[in-house]
Amino acid sequence: MPVILVTDVLVWLLVAAAAGYAYYCRRHDHLAAPWRRVFASRAAMVSLVVLCAYLAAGLADSLHFRARLESGGPGAPAAYSNEVMSLLDVAVGDLRTRSEKTYSAPFATRLYAKELIELPGGKSVRDYPRLRFGGAHLKTEADRGADVAAKALAALAAAVAVWGALGWALRGFARSRPGVPWRAAWLALGALLALAAPAFALSGGYHVLGTDKVGQDVFYLSLKSIRTSLVIGTLTTLVMLPLGAAVGIMAGYFKGWVDDVIQYAYTTLNSIPAVLLIAASVLMMQVYIDTHPELFPTTAQRADLRLLFLCVILGLTSWTGLARLLRGESLKLRELEYIQAAHAFGVSHARIIGRHILPNVMHIIIISLVMDFSGLVLAEAVLSYVGVGVDPSTTSFGTMINNARLEMAREPMVWWALAAAFWFMFVLVLVANLFADAVRDGFDPRVRVGGGGA
Amino acid sequence: MSPHDGISLGVSGLTTWLETAEGPLHAVDGVDLEVRPGECFALVGESGCGKSMTALSVLRLLPEAGHISAGAVHLGGEDLLALPEAAMRAVRGRRIAMIFQEPSTSLNPVLTVGRQIVEVIERHTDVSGDAARAKVLELLAAVGIADGERRFGEYPFQLSGGLKQRVMIAAALAADPDVLVADEPTTALDVTIQAQILDLLKKLQSERGMAVLLISHDLAVVAQMAQRVAVMYAGQIVEVATREAFFRAPQHPYSQMLFAALPAAANRGAPLAVIPGQVPALTQRFRSCRFADRCGLVFERCRTEPPALVPAGLGHAARCHLREAGQAGPRSAGPGAAAVHAAGEPGPLLLEVSGLKVHFPIRRGLLRRVAGHVKAVDGVSFGIREGRTLALVGESGCGKTTAGKALLQLIRPTAGTVRFGGRELTALSRSELRPVRAAMQIVFQDPYASLNPRMRVADILAEGIQALGAAATAAELDRRIDAMLEQVGLPRESRKRYPHEFSGGQRQRIAIARALAVEPRLIVCDEPTSALDVSVQAQILNLLKDLQDRLGLAYLFITHNIAVVGHLAHEVAVMHQGRIVEHGPVGDVLSRPQHAYTRELLASVPEIDAVPER
Repeated sequence: MPVILVTDVLVWLLVAAAAGYAYYCRRHDHLAAPWRRVFASRAAMVSLVVLCAYLAAGLADSLHFRARLESGGPGAPAAYSNEVMSLLDVAVGDLRTRSEKTYSAPFATRLYAKELIELPGGKSVRDYPRLRFGGAHLKTEADRGADVAAKALAALAAAVAVWGALGWALRGFARSRPGVPWRAAWLALGALLALAAPAFALSGGYHVLGTDKVGQDVFYLSLKSIRTSLVIGTLTTLVMLPLGAAVGIMAGYFKGWVDDVIQYAYTTLNSIPAVLLIAASVLMMQVYIDTHPELFPTTAQRADLRLLFLCVILGLTSWTGLARLLRGESLKLRELEYIQAAHAFGVSHARIIGRHILPNVMHIIIISLVMDFSGLVLAEAVLSYVGVGVDPSTTSFGTMINNARLEMAREPMVWWALAAAFWFMFVLVLVANLFADAVRDGFDPRVRVGGGGA
Repeated sequence: MSPHDGISLGVSGLTTWLETAEGPLHAVDGVDLEVRPGECFALVGESGCGKSMTALSVLRLLPEAGHISAGAVHLGGEDLLALPEAAMRAVRGRRIAMIFQEPSTSLNPVLTVGRQIVEVIERHTDVSGDAARAKVLELLAAVGIADGERRFGEYPFQLSGGLKQRVMIAAALAADPDVLVADEPTTALDVTIQAQILDLLKKLQSERGMAVLLISHDLAVVAQMAQRVAVMYAGQIVEVATREAFFRAPQHPYSQMLFAALPAAANRGAPLAVIPGQVPALTQRFRSCRFADRCGLVFERCRTEPPALVPAGLGHAARCHLREAGQAGPRSAGPGAAAVHAAGEPGPLLLEVSGLKVHFPIRRGLLRRVAGHVKAVDGVSFGIREGRTLALVGESGCGKTTAGKALLQLIRPTAGTVRFGGRELTALSRSELRPVRAAMQIVFQDPYASLNPRMRVADILAEGIQALGAAATAAELDRRIDAMLEQVGLPRESRKRYPHEFSGGQRQRIAIARALAVEPRLIVCDEPTSALDVSVQAQILNLLKDLQDRLGLAYLFITHNIAVVGHLAHEVAVMHQGRIVEHGPVGDVLSRPQHAYTRELLASVPEIDAVPER
């Protein structure tokens, strides 16, 4: 039975909107030209490949369902598990369920904490017990190194084969579209495959990134966190964009009292500490959720609402930057002669904003959206760390860091949960920033060297 | 005076490339020139001909994409191109100084005027402290700033454009340079200020025996200032001559056509000569004369062999094969007889403006209380008849553009009446105005800012028609767009293209077509040619004249260019500080000005034919 979460709907709507925009751009040369410049940059293509991998994980994790339970006779009404699964959960196999008791280090075969172990003879010793899943297939623990190496090499070989085959198959396609650094993209894909293939191959027999306090596989948690980050990064803009764009353009275009009201509004909003505002709103939301349990059949739906609400709150507190940028640009544009010419034709205000101002500030909107994305991903981590972020049952980089924080003081240190969250988030934010840089350069008219020629 | 063969600045074989996406662009291609002490040498040419690049190459101040690939620049016997950058910094400002076009951006806004000049003195000479201050005051006095003590401590924003340019000149002179490079020093200034600055430069040059390399697009300025003239076209010098020889008998066809394209009262009524085509792309290697495609005198050899500079008389040379056969004759002063411009029957009064006032409130304080008014337009009255042109002349800030916009109701006037075809406009609301909008349109100065870069030409032209509901069907709209493009002389294919694909002159044609699309009876032309080169300006003026003859349009022609007024207008109104100080038929006002301000304005206009005797 499919479960339709609100954020899933919004995520897929966003994907559809992006596809529509891409299609529209393809048909309008002046819109496609800056994007062509973006895709001509090596950094952009490399970061796009990595971004696509993240996106694939996030989107696979945005298709949810409840599994049918194998119970009752043939005539019995279908019963569904109350556990909501996603396509990603299916794709990674039983990674989700292979939980240990508590912490274990990456590739470990034994737990990280000593326990009393019953020996067959009735005696008991205090030692590190063997893991239930990690390395359970090994005959002796001494085989671990050889087994890991063999599996990694086999996966690597398979990855190289797939990589080469892909390069060979798509060579004609790449040749028909010159000007795009396909080679850089292909190399980035190779590096990605070389990392991902062994990781997935080994995750069948080991906990590649270790396990956390309650024994969950950290690699799995990291994959699940991707969706949370993407949702926060993108859905927040859905709230922020219309508000910021409309308000900013109106302030700049109409000036006078409209401008005064809007400026006072965002000055006021900016002077309230955002964390306080978010904390208050999230607590109010939590109270509402707790008092209306009947609205949420599953925990996933409850957590999802809180996530959505967090996006809304973040959006409501972060539109001011965009509005301010657009106000300045509109103030400049409204005095331009083509707008005056439109006034001389008696064109209505709405039409002037829609046809003259909006298209001419579009580059600013796109650039600030891409730039804001990485900021929002980091904001989620910070808020979850403080405890006012996502629901504790939602996996996110913030909750991972929050859970790992206490163990940093432990000797020997439990470093893998924190490290995994750090690297996954670091790479995501880095490629998003690199891509944003390329977008900004592509849309900056000053970078166009000898563009006209005609 | 100079120790080196009596040459202050010698440039030979200078070649400067700009790296572009389409390959290297030969912005300057083998330029030779010599400037002697006490001489003003002018480089003349239209935009993109490489004159500013030449100046920047001399100072080695090229943009990042540019580099000098060949040639030598000798300053008093030393090759500047061979110097290391550190040594070059000691040369700039000390031995060779530069003043730029835009005085408002050439001064640092957060430093006082005095501080900025002291900086130059302390950097290049041993003078500092009080002595430097005394030197600055001396310099300020030398550039004609009366109140030096007070100005020393002022910031650039407290100075007018003319004063700023004087400060720039003072800073340039601070270390007594041998050579002054002046890149369009007066282009951003009003004509009366321009006259003052040109006089100042001339005086300083003769007092100090300085060599001046003047870069200009304005033949009239050159006629006043220079002793020798070089014309640049497509990165090369195509003609070099003494001023007298050049203005008497230009030898290169390009120079000749530039003169013919100048509007003046003398060639009134006759179409101006137009240079067809465009400057060729400088990324190619030329195997022909660069001007061949636009030249009226082109012949077989021009297509196969690039011409060299051919001597044509004493100190005169032109890059043209024709000159091997002999010199060209002196230029005629335009078709003088064409002044028999039919006065025509004055049509009925189309627009009547009386007592028009536009005051902008100055708001102060937290509550934005009105503390006073800027009286941009202060009681202006005039009328325009059907099919006639009224020129509104004045300097920047006199309120002429505001008056134009106010009569179109783009800015609501504070007081006064605007009657158009017998209908009072000032009382109408935005929606009531819509039907009237079709009858009066506007063409702006800057063809780059007046077209939305994100709209196709067809959409730009359709906007007015759609907004005013003038076309019933899509087919009708299409037909009208095609008709408009044809009327302004653009190919029908242009409708699918975007504004950035067109040159400045073509864009101005699109702007005119947009105004024409709604079939107006009056067009307010707000400096429609002042952002354009001379040859392009001629095309646009011809087009406007032609449209008036065919469609019976009335123009309100807002301009600061007196020559254009003499060429085009029927009546002139001279504006000064928000008021019209003189109003009358064009012949009367230009030849017998009554008001003191008009007289001053006309006296300030540099004239080509009045080359001063030495």
